[in-house]
Amino acid sequence: MRFTMKLILVLSIIVILTTACTSQQKEEPQNAVLNVMTHDSFAVSEDVVRQFEEENQITVNFLQSGDTGAALNRAILTKAAPQADVFYGVDNTFLSRALEEDIFEAYASPRLDQIPEKFKADPQNRVLPVDFSDVCINYDKSYFQENNLPIPQSFNDLLDRAYQGLLVVENPATSSPGLAFLMATIAEFGTEGYLDFWQGLKENGVVVVNDWETAYYTNFSGSSGQGQQPMVVSYSSSPPAEVIFAETKLDEAPTASLVGENMCFRQIEFVGILKGTQNRATAEKFVDFMLSQSFQEDMPMQMFVFPVNQNASLPEAFATYAQIADKPASLDSNLISAERENWVEAWTETVLR
Amino acid sequence: MIKSPSWKAKGSWKSLLLWLAPILFLTFFYFQPLLATFKMAWQVGSNQGLTTSVFNKIWAPLSFTIWQAVLSTIITFLVGLPMAYVFARFRFAGKAFLKVLVTIPFIMPTVVVAAGFNAFLGPKGWVNSLLISVFDLGQPPIQILNTLAAILLAHVFYNTSVVIRVVGGAWAKLDPKMEQAARSLGASPWKVFQRINFPLLRPSILAAILLVFLFDFTSFAVILLMGGPQFATLEVEIYIQALHLLNLPTAGLLSAVQLVFTLLLTAGYSLINRRRVVRLTPRDPDEVEKPIQTAGQKMMVVGLVFSMLVLFVLPLISLVFRSFLRLDAVRGERGMVQSGVTLAYYQELFINRRQSLFYVPPIDALKNSLVFALITVVIALVLGLLAAIALSRKTNWNRLMDPILMLPLGTSAVTLGLGFILVFNRPPIDVRSFPLLIPIAHALVALPFVVRTLQPAIVSIPETYRQSAAVLGASPWRVWWLIDYPILFRAILASGIFAFTVSLGEFGATTFLSRPDLPTIPIAIYRYLSQPGALNYGQALAMSTILMVICGLSIYIVEKLRLPDVNDF
Repeated sequence: MRFTMKLILVLSIIVILTTACTSQQKEEPQNAVLNVMTHDSFAVSEDVVRQFEEENQITVNFLQSGDTGAALNRAILTKAAPQADVFYGVDNTFLSRALEEDIFEAYASPRLDQIPEKFKADPQNRVLPVDFSDVCINYDKSYFQENNLPIPQSFNDLLDRAYQGLLVVENPATSSPGLAFLMATIAEFGTEGYLDFWQGLKENGVVVVNDWETAYYTNFSGSSGQGQQPMVVSYSSSPPAEVIFAETKLDEAPTASLVGENMCFRQIEFVGILKGTQNRATAEKFVDFMLSQSFQEDMPMQMFVFPVNQNASLPEAFATYAQIADKPASLDSNLISAERENWVEAWTETVLR
Repeated sequence: MIKSPSWKAKGSWKSLLLWLAPILFLTFFYFQPLLATFKMAWQVGSNQGLTTSVFNKIWAPLSFTIWQAVLSTIITFLVGLPMAYVFARFRFAGKAFLKVLVTIPFIMPTVVVAAGFNAFLGPKGWVNSLLISVFDLGQPPIQILNTLAAILLAHVFYNTSVVIRVVGGAWAKLDPKMEQAARSLGASPWKVFQRINFPLLRPSILAAILLVFLFDFTSFAVILLMGGPQFATLEVEIYIQALHLLNLPTAGLLSAVQLVFTLLLTAGYSLINRRRVVRLTPRDPDEVEKPIQTAGQKMMVVGLVFSMLVLFVLPLISLVFRSFLRLDAVRGERGMVQSGVTLAYYQELFINRRQSLFYVPPIDALKNSLVFALITVVIALVLGLLAAIALSRKTNWNRLMDPILMLPLGTSAVTLGLGFILVFNRPPIDVRSFPLLIPIAHALVALPFVVRTLQPAIVSIPETYRQSAAVLGASPWRVWWLIDYPILFRAILASGIFAFTVSLGEFGATTFLSRPDLPTIPIAIYRYLSQPGALNYGQALAMSTILMVICGLSIYIVEKLRLPDVNDF
């Protein structure tokens, strides 16, 4: 009996001590705190945020919550007792779901007039556009040069035997660029015809993997992983990233994007003030800040996305190596929300089974 | 909560005290969040109305999940048992190193492991390149990636260490005299295993089977990254439904199915495991292991060491090499391979080139990872020791608690993670400001490993030892300190290492809990891999190499620990 008691006592003390030691290290911040929920890809320069914090006497706390779907899920599941004041990162493929769930408060930021209409998705301004990126096929320039292969000009070109087994795509059920690319094909071929196109791609040996990391670094021959396929579904901002993050200085991007009509799907990311915030005034200031020139010009190098603010200028590497699709594919976000599950299931049946 | 008046087994209230901390911990940090998710899924489901077509979505992933888990477990044992035997019975150079090596897979992010297997066995990997140039082939002869074989290979890669540690640990304490006696009486080696070793090792073997099976059963990243899109386990399906289709009711239903299956399995396990255990004098492992004598033994040991090197070293070593290689010049001008050795990736790790707010200094990431892992070890060891002691005391509670303890290992990480978000949203325990939730979540998964490693060791101690010590006047505390603790020392070490590696390898539920101010190494690796460019790829590999070396070293040092006074018993 005594033994048991002592054992429990000793062990409990250990637990309590470790708990106490680790939880005390946090000091209470003096400023008020603004909680901003985002996905894991969010990034920003330290001085840009610090400046905002100083000007407004506030501490910004970023809550990174997994990928876009996971982060949005967190916002939806906790809408009764919101864990943040601002949510950034919902994109146009998830947008109508977020609006249906009614998690955002409308806010007509004065900075909206610097943003072209084509990026705005909600007339009530419950979500405001922040950035966009084009999901396009990237190709390995040297592979095409060496093999004297012409660059494909349209999706239908990809069905040519010359490109057999040369393309790797991501599974739309598990990857957001994969889903965006599926949407581009639906925009191009219609809800009736896209499965025939995918059937053709399948017969022409398209390789499917589950995530962008594997597709880009393991399968794509133009990346440092030096895989087998010279074409990959990635972003139009990937070629400048290859130059910026080169190990030895490059004069030319080793890859480029296929930006023909409807070949890229434009992903637009939005910010919104979460319903039930206790910090409405500061939340508004933060939204204004995300649309401001300083944040918009900081974004490209941090997140490899394009600014929506027309006054924001692009960094040099971006201006030189990034291509922006002239005529990107787009789909109505209500249609996406209604059909997403069916599309993904039909795609799975056609391509994977 | 646990007041059953009808229950009067002898000494039972003491067991109840032992159970108290583990029960409270599980109730608060496991059942509470889990039920919150199920409740939410149920609410959403009853609002939207669950269609019957949902039931069609259950069978295919469930049958595949079971099928691949059964296959993986069998193969893991075919590979692991001979290795456990060699580790338990022979003394040879490099043994300690190999022991560390087999634990490395546990701590490596799957994305890195998958890249390693690709560099080794992929279409452009070493093996295929070699075969192509030797036999002048047009196509890579080995096409293993994105097949069931790749999933099985990865599961063997991850789980062999469980068999080696759990079974090998018990084997090392068996007196070899029995085997020798049986052999000299003419029994074949197979007969010796069947009639002597297996019955004595049965509790450990069963425990290892359960752990390996549950690990494979809830496999997630391996299926996604090694199996490719053709394969989906329940866990993968739950992830897709919950986080990509935002279909919580279906996800909830699937995780309920997963949970019920886990419960049935663990209940079955504890039923089988209740058979009486023969308690024999445990031997000091150092005394039992012997140098290699005959040529046959030599061949066996050399063969096994060689196959271990192939299985564990080759997939990882190519990544280590790659983290020192400059390969940029290959691109752009094909044919002009100008690779060279470089430290650029390692240097770059320490530079916040883009002044990013989320830049992760490698030392900090390492520190955070290690601190989280150590706290996980403390929580899991304390609770696991209490639970394992309680379990060894044959009371009625065991029938209930034994399966419950194993549940976290068979629970969907996504479901549990969502539950954490739902439940812990106000001070003092708030996911936004309570960093301890991360090691707590890790400890939930580590706890089953700790219990399953310790419990067979505890029941193997002959009661007569404790009785003799008590008769000679030792207090119960002294009995524990002098008898149980030295015998259990190795099992405690082994289970502590499990908890350590489980935590370092990160586990799904923590993606919801990760904090930008306390980044860990796996988070840093994913951060690099999520953007294109040679420097990012190189830094991810450099970071993985650091993780591998530092954690391998710390495990090596812990392995070398010896009890100061007691060496044999």
